Formats: sequence, C-alpha cells, structure tokens
Amino acid sequence: MSLKAIHIVFVVCSVLLALFFGGWEANAFLQTHARGSLLLSLGSFASAVLLLIYGKAVLKKLKHISYL
Amino acid sequence: MDIPYTVKPRPDTGLYNAKVGIWLFLASEVMLFGALFSSYILLRVGAEKLEWPHGVLNVYIGTFNTFVLISSSITVVMAWASLKMNNFRNFKIFQGLTIMCAFLFLGVKSYEYSEKFKHYTLVLKDGRNMTGHVEVNGKTAFFLNDVKLNAKGHEIPEFTFHPDPVNAISNIPLEKTEPTAGKGEAAKGEAKTEPAHETHAEAGAAHHEAMVIKSSDVKRLSAFVPAHSTYFGIYFCITGLHGLHVLGGAIVMFYFWMPGSKMWRTEPERFINRIEVSGLFWHFVDLVWIFLFPVLYLL
Repeated sequence: MSLKAIHIVFVVCSVLLALFFGGWEANAFLQTHARGSLLLSLGSFASAVLLLIYGKAVLKKLKHISYL
Repeated sequence: MDIPYTVKPRPDTGLYNAKVGIWLFLASEVMLFGALFSSYILLRVGAEKLEWPHGVLNVYIGTFNTFVLISSSITVVMAWASLKMNNFRNFKIFQGLTIMCAFLFLGVKSYEYSEKFKHYTLVLKDGRNMTGHVEVNGKTAFFLNDVKLNAKGHEIPEFTFHPDPVNAISNIPLEKTEPTAGKGEAAKGEAKTEPAHETHAEAGAAHHEAMVIKSSDVKRLSAFVPAHSTYFGIYFCITGLHGLHVLGGAIVMFYFWMPGSKMWRTEPERFINRIEVSGLFWHFVDLVWIFLFPVLYLL
C-alpha cells in the first residue's frame, strides 16, 4: 500500500472523526448552551466538508501514482 | 556490493525493500497499540460509576492537537508529491512544516502534562474529597503526595489548597462535598453529579476560597500522575508512547530534511522512497491519535 492509499484512508478516518466530534459538541451545546461547544461543532462539520473536498483534489492530483 | 531492490520493486512482492520493512514494522505497532486500546476500553467499560474520571482532559487542547496532526499528514504527503514532481524546493517547505507541526504537538502535549502534574486529588480524614491546586510556601507544588508531606526531615506541616468548584474526577460540586465522618460512607455516593460538558471547560478556571490544610488531616494527596489511578496510569502510558513515536518520526524527518537530503542529488528515486516510508510511519502515528482523541477525551 503506497502513501497515496494510506493517505486516502487517513482522510476518510479524519472526516468520520470530524462528523462524530461535530455531533458530540452539538449534543453538548444542546445540554449546556455553551458557546464554545457550538463553535467547535460548526468548525468540526466545516472541517469534514473541507477534508472531503481536499480528498477529492488529492485523488485528482495523484491519479498517476499507484496505490501499491 | 549494492543492496538490491532499494529502488526497483522485487518481482515477487511488487514492492521495494523499505516498503515491505515498514509495513512489517507497522503490523507490530498495530499489535502494540491494539493491546493498549483494548486494555483501556475493557477497564473503561468495567469501571463503576464515579470511579472513572470523565471530562478531566481539556477538549479544546485535544482538538487543537488533532488539527495540528491532521495538518501534518497533509504536509507530509505534499512533501512526497513535490519530490515526485521534481520540485525539491517545495519538498523543503512542506517537510519543514511537518516537522514544525510535530514539535508544536509535543509542546502542547507537554503543557497538558504539566497542568496535570500540579492538579491534585485531596482526601481528608473527615471524608471530604476535593480536587484543586496546592501551594507550599507560596509556590505551586508539582508531584506532591501524602508520603512526601510526612517525609522524615522534610515534613510539610501545612499547605494551602485551592479547591476546584467541581471535583474534576467525580464531577461532584464542592458545595455538595461535606464531611462524611460519622455519617457513614454512603453519603459520598449520594451526591449528584453534573454533566461532564459543564466541567471540562471550567477546569483550571475559577477556584473557591483557598483553604489551609494541616498535613495531619490528610488521608490522601496525589497529583494527576500515573500513580493517581488506573485512568491516569493508562492515559500517561498510551499518550506517552504515542508522544515518543511523534518524537521519533520528527527526528527521522528532520534527518531527511537536512543532512539526509543530499541523497536527492545522487539517488533521487531512492530518496523519494525514503520520504514515502517516513510518510507511511507518520500516517500510522496520526491514525493512532485519530482513535485516541475520541476515546480519551470524549467517551
């Protein structure tokens, strides 16, 4: 498995973490109404979207490199 | 004699030597961290309520460090891709950024550790159980414990204690922490706990009035160090081991960034392979953190 392949796996894991963390902080905000939790939640969901866009761009940029 | 397959792939595996080597090494690393993760999860799910600290770690710091490591994984791939595109100057920039991220992560982690080393659990003989900070002769105390309080020749007769408004371990508010001596131990378990979300943001913030505590009244005093509890034992074990991996990766990448980069002029293909292998290790280290962060900081 090349660096390209593991990087794609890493980006997928990061997106999943960002979505989970966004949900966790959203839940914290609903319970406590802390502004910090809301900001972290929104930031985390935004990061998930940015990581998806980045992942797609990387795939395009490194398309000539093998997955092995 | 030249070592074969340092650049070209072996016909049987389809991979060059270093790539086979790093994957074998990473397989052993998966087993090492897998065992530690399993231990943590089994201890966590088997712990009684109030016995396992929740919300004791600073989520903001953990989030920042997660962001730093994800960024470093992006820059390490950029560095490798730059070499693939024959752009050595960009490689230098991205590799430098990766090393910077590694040391930033370690710096933040050190700060997080130092905060733990001066945060204490204090149990008095009257049954009161509090967390907070300790001052001896006007100075913040690190690594103090009840044994050191009574060490022969170095006795500390009394100290100042700044209690947290909410117990950082059990999440019981200070107001509900009353002496239990004479009331029976059950009183401790009856105290209502607060949701962890409300406490983690307040950690290290406002303290209640300082108290002067006589050492003779202390039943237990322990900083948040591995000896404090099972939780801190495994927390420092896993994060310390992870930190050593970050440091090791940073040293190797620094070597390839500075003295080792001479190879680019003589054997560019082999140098690209070396950067790929260091990048694979770095991704493993970052993936470990991707799993560590939610397990330690959130769940």
